[in-house]
Amino acid sequence: MSRKRKPKLAVWKFASCDGCQLSLLDCEDELLAVAGELEIANFLEASRAVVKGPYDLSLVEGSITTPHDAERIHQVRRVSKHLVTIGACATAGGIQGLRNFKNVKEFTSIVYARPEYIETLNKSTPIADHVFVDFELRGCPISKHQLVEVISAFLHGRKPNTPPHSVCVECKLRGTVCVMVAHGTPCLGPVTQAGCGAICPSYHRGCYGCFGPKETPNTESLSGWWSHLGVQDQDILRVFRGFNACAEPFRKESEAHEK
Amino acid sequence: MKSKTIKVDYLARVEGEGALYVRIKNSQVVDVKLKIFEPPRFFEAFLRGRAFTEAPDITARICGICPIAYQMSAMHALEDAFGVVVDGQLRALRRLIYCGEWIESHTLHVYMLHAPDFLGYESAFHMAKDHAEIVQRGLQLKKAGNEIVTLLGGREIHPINVRVGGFYKVPTRRELAPLEERLKWARDAALETVRWTATLPFPEFELDYEFVALQHPDEYPFNEGRLVSNQGLDISVREYEDHFVEEHVPHSNALHSVLKQRGAYFVGPMARYSLNFEKLSPLVQEAARAAGLGAVCRNPFQSIVVRSVEVLHACDEALRLIAEYEMPDQPAVAMEPRAATGYGCTEAPRGILYHRYQLDDQGTILDARIIPPTSQNQKTIENDLRQFVPKHLDLPHETLTWQCEQTIRNYDPCISCATHFLKLHIERE
Repeated sequence: MSRKRKPKLAVWKFASCDGCQLSLLDCEDELLAVAGELEIANFLEASRAVVKGPYDLSLVEGSITTPHDAERIHQVRRVSKHLVTIGACATAGGIQGLRNFKNVKEFTSIVYARPEYIETLNKSTPIADHVFVDFELRGCPISKHQLVEVISAFLHGRKPNTPPHSVCVECKLRGTVCVMVAHGTPCLGPVTQAGCGAICPSYHRGCYGCFGPKETPNTESLSGWWSHLGVQDQDILRVFRGFNACAEPFRKESEAHEK
Repeated sequence: MKSKTIKVDYLARVEGEGALYVRIKNSQVVDVKLKIFEPPRFFEAFLRGRAFTEAPDITARICGICPIAYQMSAMHALEDAFGVVVDGQLRALRRLIYCGEWIESHTLHVYMLHAPDFLGYESAFHMAKDHAEIVQRGLQLKKAGNEIVTLLGGREIHPINVRVGGFYKVPTRRELAPLEERLKWARDAALETVRWTATLPFPEFELDYEFVALQHPDEYPFNEGRLVSNQGLDISVREYEDHFVEEHVPHSNALHSVLKQRGAYFVGPMARYSLNFEKLSPLVQEAARAAGLGAVCRNPFQSIVVRSVEVLHACDEALRLIAEYEMPDQPAVAMEPRAATGYGCTEAPRGILYHRYQLDDQGTILDARIIPPTSQNQKTIENDLRQFVPKHLDLPHETLTWQCEQTIRNYDPCISCATHFLKLHIERE
């Protein structure tokens, strides 16, 4: 089917590590094909050429942490037909969301000798707190296979196929023995959304929640099981306070273990 | 009076958000600012109160391009604190995964971010329209690096399998075998890359830098060694903060690092190469010579060739490590936390990455200091621009602006790392 023009893709960065947009460049086998289907109109990590908007699909990486970025995200929304957040920062506030539990002024003075030069907001917030988001892609980092799926879905006007079930399902699918049942290794798999391919258990390690809470997670029950395995409250708090610390179910669970 | 400004509000083909601002008055550069507006993320602050075991996973999130570097520096610092030495095949596997990151990160920069400047393309996508085979070779070479990281680390970005003391799971010889075929191809492709980058047009530009890098008695440096320079520095990693100091300047969210009493210095591939040339294997040395490099390289535009030489070294080293591999009995060395301060410095793709952790007897982090390579190069990048711009004032504005960008990209700056770092303005008056 021939199109009148190639759809325009834009990639935007807010507070983040660049890893999720790198996922696109890590699609070594698909990248030139994607570049053939789409006009890469604004992707500053890869190109100094900027084609003016509006854009058909905007991928947004990172969280909102500065007054300037809180304004900029509205400009991005205005020039985007579809806006998809990529990764835990854009979707849940990211690891920098740990400031939301503390006083940011104290944080600034720990890192910077002259805190007065630093302009920052008290909280790190996900994109959906500021503008309407068409789709949220999870992960720290995102899965490049899911990224290709999302781009392809938006190109064809269909819903992306990214299952909301738990990491446990992925372990069963790949035939990994349950690390929690068989080895007593504490694992966040039962409350964490699938998408990574259940990597950690296949390396004899418990899941640490990169993809954030699954649909209807029973975090309280899982914390009980962790306690049975001898994990201290302090460590349960720490594991829920990771890259998706500000996702509602994880935030509540970590707060339940605060003394 | 002739004056002008060169401005680039959002520097492209670098990792992170920065800008350039250069002001020129009477053919003199009066101001150069490499502005870093990448928002601060406060890693050193929220590491306080975390368990030592979490440091490699948390600090990896500083940078999606070089997460292994963060994991390595963190682990070495923590093991230093607890008096543990990770040796033998576990050490070899750490070198192997670091080879993977160097190949992936350097190849990304050589082909996708830097080469388009030399050939006059806005991006590798534009370059691919005329040079599809070259770009494909770059992508496949990058993929070979990512395959090492994925096999050993579980995934290419923020790997999950490295931990303080070693790994969660170590591969069998058989599991490593498929990498061998792939890396033989990659070594040939890397050799081609060295030859190809040597043909690119380089501006005449050499400065007398103070190069700083790790130096190891037997090896081209990755994880260990003393910190040395071509101007007499020779210290242990523990002495880092006695000799280097971070300054906070108003135009940057990244701290500028300087050598006390001496000022700017240069870290990264050119520094490593120039201080450790004789540690490269004969194959790699010969390829470097054939590409026209001496044992020391002082032209930052040629860093693209040096980076390619390091990719060749990493492929060669990875093949050696795989050939000599024996599966260790234990995936990790056990350790007991104790109240102590630990120091670690490893060679990230962009240069030395320093970590220091102060811990209590439970292994909880009380204080953390992280100094990434790009903040160490910031002042040197600004100095390069001060030297480069006055010699090229006759160029049209757009060309000069582009060349200023290229001068910055010579360093493969990683702004996400340095902000704990880039925007470009050139103003002519």
